Amino acid sequence: MDERNFTYMFYGFGVTWAIIAIYVMILAGREKGIQKQLESLRRILEDKK
Amino acid sequence: MREKIMYALGAVGSALLIYNLYVILLQLPDEANQGAIYRIMFYHIPAFFTAGFCYITALVGSSMYLIKKDLYWDALAVSATEVGLAFAAINLITGSIWGRIIWGIWWAWDPRMTWALICWLVYFGYMMLRRAIDDPTERAKIASVLSIFAMVSVSITWKAIEWWRTQHPGPVLSFRTGGQKRVDSPIEHMIYQNWWALLMIAAVFLMIRMRQEQTQREIDSLRRQAHAL
Repeated sequence: MDERNFTYMFYGFGVTWAIIAIYVMILAGREKGIQKQLESLRRILEDKK
Repeated sequence: MREKIMYALGAVGSALLIYNLYVILLQLPDEANQGAIYRIMFYHIPAFFTAGFCYITALVGSSMYLIKKDLYWDALAVSATEVGLAFAAINLITGSIWGRIIWGIWWAWDPRMTWALICWLVYFGYMMLRRAIDDPTERAKIASVLSIFAMVSVSITWKAIEWWRTQHPGPVLSFRTGGQKRVDSPIEHMIYQNWWALLMIAAVFLMIRMRQEQTQREIDSLRRQAHAL
């Protein structure tokens, strides 16, 4: 492979994969938070009943 | 069933992305003038198409919400917009990196680039607007109208490389040049192939995000019940 500008190509690829990875982490974190809220609300409702 | 489709799409999309990376780096021919940097196009262009697909999905979701008044469609719109923003960010940043080498500058206020940035900001504004409105139906109604208007910026961004021939390269893919070959077939083929991979990943994100929106609605309803008791 022609190695001219390889570093910048690497930055471009890195940014792409990093944005995808960060978004996966955001989704996973949100999923965890939502499940936690759901569980705690269900528990509160059970207690109140 | 939905879970199985999601896992299957995720697995196929990820495998295809990895296979494409191998082909892009080790099998495709070099570009005579640009060196390795031209390979950024295999992410820059597919990310743009993927973001466009997400924005069109958001338009469908918003229009359907205004017709049906069903929050399912609003969930589709917001999920597609958020996923679209991630892919549009990939498009903007990879384009800027390519420009740094090819033009010697990180950014040019060329119509295509400027409109792509405006488009990103409009959809980012859509996400911010949603945070500012508490009532779900009011939020869905106002956000849907904004999303429909935002499609104007997507259309201008799409046509900008034909309407204004300035710094950003013109259309190169044969479906936009009326069948004229401006890049070699293996390169064009790989752009489409990587688009499929990104599209599958985007579909998985969209499904996860929609499920989260639906769970969030369930939480809101449980919270109302808890207050009422």
